[in-house]
Amino acid sequence: MNAGFKHYYRRSTNAFALTLSLFAMVFGLFWLGWILYTLFIHAIPALKSTVFVQNTPPPGEKGGLLNAIVGSLMMSGIATCIGTPIGVLAGTYLAEIAPNHYLSKITRFINGILLSAPSVVIGFFVYALVVAKSGHFSGWAGVIALTIILIPVVVNSTESMLRLVPQTIREAAFALGAPEWKVITLVAYRAARSGILTGVLLAVARISGETAPLLFTALNNQFFNSDLAKPMANLPVVIFQFAMSPYDDWQDLAWAGAFLITLSVLAFNVVARILIRNKNARH
Amino acid sequence: MLDTNLPVKIRVKNLSFYYGAFEALKSINLSILDRKVTAFIGPSGCGKSTLLRTFNRMNELYPKQKTTGEILMNNENILDARQDVNRLRARVGMVFQKPTPFPMSIHDNIAFGVKLYENLSRIEMNERIEWALQKAALWKEVKDKLKHSGTSLSGGQQQRLCIARAIAVKPEVLLLDEPTSALDPISTAQIEELMHELRKDYTIVIVTHNMQQAGRVSDYTTFMYLGEVIEFNKTHKIFTNPDQKLTEQYITGHFG
Repeated sequence: MNAGFKHYYRRSTNAFALTLSLFAMVFGLFWLGWILYTLFIHAIPALKSTVFVQNTPPPGEKGGLLNAIVGSLMMSGIATCIGTPIGVLAGTYLAEIAPNHYLSKITRFINGILLSAPSVVIGFFVYALVVAKSGHFSGWAGVIALTIILIPVVVNSTESMLRLVPQTIREAAFALGAPEWKVITLVAYRAARSGILTGVLLAVARISGETAPLLFTALNNQFFNSDLAKPMANLPVVIFQFAMSPYDDWQDLAWAGAFLITLSVLAFNVVARILIRNKNARH
Repeated sequence: MLDTNLPVKIRVKNLSFYYGAFEALKSINLSILDRKVTAFIGPSGCGKSTLLRTFNRMNELYPKQKTTGEILMNNENILDARQDVNRLRARVGMVFQKPTPFPMSIHDNIAFGVKLYENLSRIEMNERIEWALQKAALWKEVKDKLKHSGTSLSGGQQQRLCIARAIAVKPEVLLLDEPTSALDPISTAQIEELMHELRKDYTIVIVTHNMQQAGRVSDYTTFMYLGEVIEFNKTHKIFTNPDQKLTEQYITGHFG
């Protein structure tokens, strides 16, 4: 092979690979764009202010999604409040306290399985454990299912983010005479702060769209209810039921709910991106 | 071979150190003199950093290591199991090869170590921070941006910040582990100048790969090879007329 041909060969290989990856990107973006477009077109007529102030209606009547929005916010919010500290502490144990302990290796393995477990399995598990035992669906059962889905995501991201903190920074803190807990809380957490927060936000985005586990646990509630001991309305299950119904106004509300969930997931992801970018800009 | 009437700060007695089964330090005996600069030189892997890290027990952060023998500081064995390791580290400061500013402001970087063992008022803390930054010859450059992140400084400034952070807790000994190997020549010269100033108040031990640096900054030099101290003497003597053949070969660049 002469030099000119080699050069040509490299350039054409490069162009070919770039074209393929460009097509792959366009293919992905195309579907995403289509989904967003369809959602937007259908949701716009349904998105009136009544969506936020009225409860889910019986067929044929005017109504909104207030009870479902409140239910979703309550269950996701409480699941986040319970799951985040547990996940962050477990991630800290894995990354900082005992990375090579056999307990850590087992935890990491099981966490990996939980991370990829189908959410319907988790919903079914909580159904058997809580709903079947107590004899009725409840908001708490929904909270438990969502927490179980959230924890492994937070454990995983916390551990990865803490592992990215250079060991030299920890050593420097130890060298000043800092005890281990201060090294972790004041230095390692600080260095990994935006990464850990990003992981939590992505976990919240994940649970805010989960339908299967809520179908088995919180079920639904036609009326406004803020008592977690009773069945609770929530956006994913309302979307599921209303979208499958033959009534046009229910279907419109389902579109509106789907749009709201997509918008909030998008918002979580954008905030997470901004946090990551700020972190990179600082270092 | 040494002026035995000078006060000794650290006396190392029969110190051996093992990584698993590997004997990284072999029965070391050595005296570090008070308020002098002692340099450890030797080829890579000779154990000079390992020896340095036994002085503040940094090695103990990692598993599968063992230390035997004694290290006496002010006639107290710092390897004793009853020794509070964190207190020891507050007395023996350390600066590392790569600058290690914490991800917080310049002010907080220095306050971090001070807050661990002292309870200062805001005014006292600000005075201490200014004092430490003055000592580390960084004050003029950062006095208007103490709230800025420590990581926003240049490499040389970051290393001086780390020195300021180490001396802010008022240690007795300062351990420098190749403190200039990641820095440009100008920053290196600034740090070396700084060491001339600091030796008035502190006992300094520096590990360096750079023999010229050892010659410039140290009063005493220890030449190490394969985990043993081959020769320990005044720097001038080591570099002009060493007693050991091996030292001479290393100094003249026959290996290393």
